[in-house]
Amino acid sequence: MIFETVLITALCILMLAILANLYRIVKGPSSADRVQALDSVGINLIASTAVFSVLLHTHAFFDLILLIGILSFIGTVAFARFIERGVVIERKR
Amino acid sequence: MNASGEVIGAILILIGAIFSLISAIGNVRLPDVYTRSHAASKSSTLGVLCALVGTLLYFLISDGFFSIRLILGIFFVFLTAPVAAHVICRAAYRSQVPLAEQSVQDELKDYYMENEIFEVEDKVELVNDQVK
Repeated sequence: MIFETVLITALCILMLAILANLYRIVKGPSSADRVQALDSVGINLIASTAVFSVLLHTHAFFDLILLIGILSFIGTVAFARFIERGVVIERKR
Repeated sequence: MNASGEVIGAILILIGAIFSLISAIGNVRLPDVYTRSHAASKSSTLGVLCALVGTLLYFLISDGFFSIRLILGIFFVFLTAPVAAHVICRAAYRSQVPLAEQSVQDELKDYYMENEIFEVEDKVELVNDQVK
């Protein structure tokens, strides 16, 4: 019983963290701020998926943890390349 | 045996969630992109690692289920989160996002100025060759 309470408290804390990052996404003066905050939201989503899989006592979401990690990293790198050079995939001449 | 897994998992998950909240507060309060990236990358990586290790230990102790996918996820997050922060910071510096007002010195500026001068010289030589 205490275990479920602690897990739900952890989920609420992660929700507060995602809301704070959302404030940075809305307000952030440069686009690098927004990409950084989106990456942080992805990492918080990984943590909340892990907490959910403990709360529901299932193994089914472990693939999802790996998938969110990979997608968040690829998206961040693509956005960073776009900010830096204006293109994501360069064309060879 | 069952209760010890729950205790260890709950403590690690709570520590991880609090670290994530601290990183998000740093992401809101700090003055420029680079300090925010410092806060967001390091402590949220530590927070998610604590939460994932807590999940792994919970399933290992209470079920005897050892998930290799979770180990892979921990390794991947540990490897890629600092790289992503580095790439974003470099993109921000190259697109001339200013530092905070209270920052004292910027040693990278001279280096990039020299490199930009070299790049301009290379382009001028290229144009001259094409004209000839």
